[in-house]
Amino acid sequence: MFGQILSGDLPRSRTLTLLLIAIVAGLALTPFLFPGAKAINVAAKICIFIVLVASYDLLLGYTGIVSFAHTMFFGIGAYGVAIALTRLGPSWAAVGAGVGASLALSFVLSLVIGLFSLRVKALFYAMITLAVASAFQTLASQLSEFTGGEDGLNFKVPEILSHGYVLWQQTILGVAVDGKLISYYLLFAVAVALFLLMLRIVNSPFGRVLQAIRENAFRAEALGYPTVVYRTWSNVLSAGFATLAGALLALWLRYNGPDTSLSFEIMIDILLMVVIGGMGTMYGAVAGATLFIVAQNYLQDLMKLASSAAAGVPLIPNLVHPDRWLLWLGILFVVSVYRFPAGIVGKLRARVRAKP
Amino acid sequence: MSAPLLQLEGVQTHIGAYHILHGVDLEVAQGELAVLLGRNGAGKTTTLRSIMGLWRVSSGSVRFEGEDIGTLDTPEIAQRGIAYVPENMGIFGELTVRENMTLAARGARRAEDMDAKRLEWIFGLFPAIKRFWQHPAGLLSGGQKQMLAVARAIVEPRKLLLVDEPSKGLAPAIIQNMVAAFRELKQTDTTILLVEQNFNFARQLGDRVAVMDNGRVVHAGSMAELAEDEGLQQRLLGLSLASHQ
Amino acid sequence: MSSSAATAPHVDALPAVELDRIPLLLLPALALIALPLMGSFSTWVTLTVAGLAMGMIIFIIASGLTLVFGLMDVLNFGHGIFITLGAFLATSVLGALSGWTASESLLFNMLAVLPAMLVAMAAAGIVGFAFERVIIRPVYGQHLKQIMITMGAMIVGEELIKVVWGPQTIPLPLPAAFRGSLLFGDAAVEKYRLIAVVIGLAVFAAMFWALSRTKVGLLIRAGVQDREMVESLGYRIRRLFVGVFVAGSALAGLGGVMWGLYEQNVTPQMGAQVNVLIFIVIIIGGLGSVGGCFLGALLVGLLANYTGFLAPKVALFSNILLMVIVLLWRPQGIYSVANR
Repeated sequence: MFGQILSGDLPRSRTLTLLLIAIVAGLALTPFLFPGAKAINVAAKICIFIVLVASYDLLLGYTGIVSFAHTMFFGIGAYGVAIALTRLGPSWAAVGAGVGASLALSFVLSLVIGLFSLRVKALFYAMITLAVASAFQTLASQLSEFTGGEDGLNFKVPEILSHGYVLWQQTILGVAVDGKLISYYLLFAVAVALFLLMLRIVNSPFGRVLQAIRENAFRAEALGYPTVVYRTWSNVLSAGFATLAGALLALWLRYNGPDTSLSFEIMIDILLMVVIGGMGTMYGAVAGATLFIVAQNYLQDLMKLASSAAAGVPLIPNLVHPDRWLLWLGILFVVSVYRFPAGIVGKLRARVRAKP
Repeated sequence: MSAPLLQLEGVQTHIGAYHILHGVDLEVAQGELAVLLGRNGAGKTTTLRSIMGLWRVSSGSVRFEGEDIGTLDTPEIAQRGIAYVPENMGIFGELTVRENMTLAARGARRAEDMDAKRLEWIFGLFPAIKRFWQHPAGLLSGGQKQMLAVARAIVEPRKLLLVDEPSKGLAPAIIQNMVAAFRELKQTDTTILLVEQNFNFARQLGDRVAVMDNGRVVHAGSMAELAEDEGLQQRLLGLSLASHQ
Repeated sequence: MSSSAATAPHVDALPAVELDRIPLLLLPALALIALPLMGSFSTWVTLTVAGLAMGMIIFIIASGLTLVFGLMDVLNFGHGIFITLGAFLATSVLGALSGWTASESLLFNMLAVLPAMLVAMAAAGIVGFAFERVIIRPVYGQHLKQIMITMGAMIVGEELIKVVWGPQTIPLPLPAAFRGSLLFGDAAVEKYRLIAVVIGLAVFAAMFWALSRTKVGLLIRAGVQDREMVESLGYRIRRLFVGVFVAGSALAGLGGVMWGLYEQNVTPQMGAQVNVLIFIVIIIGGLGSVGGCFLGALLVGLLANYTGFLAPKVALFSNILLMVIVLLWRPQGIYSVANR
């Protein structure tokens, strides 16, 4: 039965299975296991990024296309919901309209970009997506009447999700059953569903052709598969899931601005997560996103301790200053690309194969 | 009998997953023009590239002047006095003919440093080189490019020339020019290993011949012998001399 | 066709073929189109000089990158790090020599700026050498990994710069004699911008000379077209590549100093920000072509300044549009050289 839910793509490593179970259980039970506003925010972010990074893995890991425009679709989803809820008021119809409109825009953009990518070589394409994403970010902050400019948009969500809403007077295990809890579980459920859907897609015949194209595009073409079509579809699907992740982000934060979803830092984060976690595995997105976001939020506390402990020594306090956590993750990233090209997931799976 | 200048023994070459050369044995003596014949895909080009170090030899040995060059880098192999004229000629289209020649002359820092007498000799062999001296080499015709490629290989004295299908795609008149040029070259005691599909061209120049098939040398002997034996030609090359112009 | 009998014994070589002129016309064309849109001639002059100055700085930065790609098929997404390093070093050096930069004497200002540039170039060159060895060499031929690794290296580099200089923006004021404008009739032209144009032209001239008149330059131009053949001719192109990479990094360092002075402040993200523009420029110019890079950089610089004045919101888009138009006209860039 598990096999069917996971579309036949089992973890194939005991350690990995345990890790995944721990992560999923942790996320499912966060409000109960880890009380406090910070914990639930971290968990929500992890759920969203699992979807976002998995969608990027579809493009990079399974199809072999490097694109720096992924945050653009993330932002479109977030802004879609943000603008709809701001203009049309806090209703589910508005949410639907926002999601629908942003999916439509993402569809068109990803189609154009996908078709264009086939005329130019991979490096060109990477550079062009970099330029386009950059331009889009500038555009978002400049169309202020529409997007709220640099300050972004603050908006209200449908009543059931708003933090003041109380479903039940009684608490469950000490946790209030309010809009925040409902929001979180909605987020969690949608994230799980989207992830499983992507798992289904990469394990389908379509997904296998993508991998064949990634390995050897000429051969795939010679075998009769129109690589043009497949690559474009990969672009479109990947963009669609990223858009949905963006919508989830907006619903959770009840705010969106250019830095929340469009910044280049986020693009880098996604890249780090997918590589450290393991490209072309989907589960890598889960491992990578969790590791990264937990580190981003909690490692910094550790570094703060280390930094103050080393105060007075030249340079060291700066090196371990909590704001410099990206330095260490960046080093981990570079080392991963060299030594662990298959990431955490790949390493764990390789250990299984290596056993006699 | 002195040791051969170039000696291949049991050379095997893999390109990725493909096993192209299955044990090539070949000898070229000092001063002779040896021809490597064979159908498309027999492994002739791969053999030249393996000698030149452009593709790694997986096993077997390649000896030049007694030295094993199988592990050397291409630039090192070239510096030992081996010149390579590839099938696609390797002409730098954006550079002028003059620049192409200057580049090939390792001892020359500028065009003026090249040996004037030698250049005159080359101009005599290939007048087009002189005529298009200032022109981007990319504008030359196919035949002229081929001549430039050979001219580059001899702009300085070399011990061994590896030439890959110099007559390919050329008009018969040009081919005769090429034959004349090679004949003159032979007289300078340069050793040449020529890969060809055109038996008629090869026959006019070759002293010895080796025929390849499926990554192996299946026949080696003198050119005269092969030229006389039509039955042998039929068996090895699949057609008789008359039809293979 | 040649035929030995027909030609005279001392036939002269045919004259050299002319350079492909059409793309060169783009530059004056753009400038002339902008003129009526400006409204006033003096504004046009100011903006044109500003655009050319910006373009020159971009050229200095991008020229190394395009050669590195053309020669060795390596795309360094971390090129921006040399820019940032150069700029920050300039703040330190000029800070230390603040006595000289405050002076009104042009000579003293130069005595301060020149060391800053030299230090920036040397440091960037050394870092470039290490970068090629440690980061790039293991991933030759693997484009995907190259993109990721060089990007990762840039992140690490950016963070290291923050470790040394702090994460905030640092001002980099122009030395006293470089400030201000010269008046040509109604038009005000900033002094520093003129200096930048002069330096840029000098760098271009030097590169042009090196590429067309020296054997090393010949090797580079040939290597960009057919690396394998250059090796077959007996040259160790690997060593050449390291040299080009180091030179390109040093130039980026110089560009960083000039960019910092142009903006009059430096931020740790400046390298990443300029990255986008550089990529647009080398795509427009054609990967591997220094001439194309020069032209592309000037076009981008002019366009950025013209649109910055006329329609600031679409400034970045205008450059992307330019790139798309050029690619539709010549898919390999204006002067395509690399044989890939």
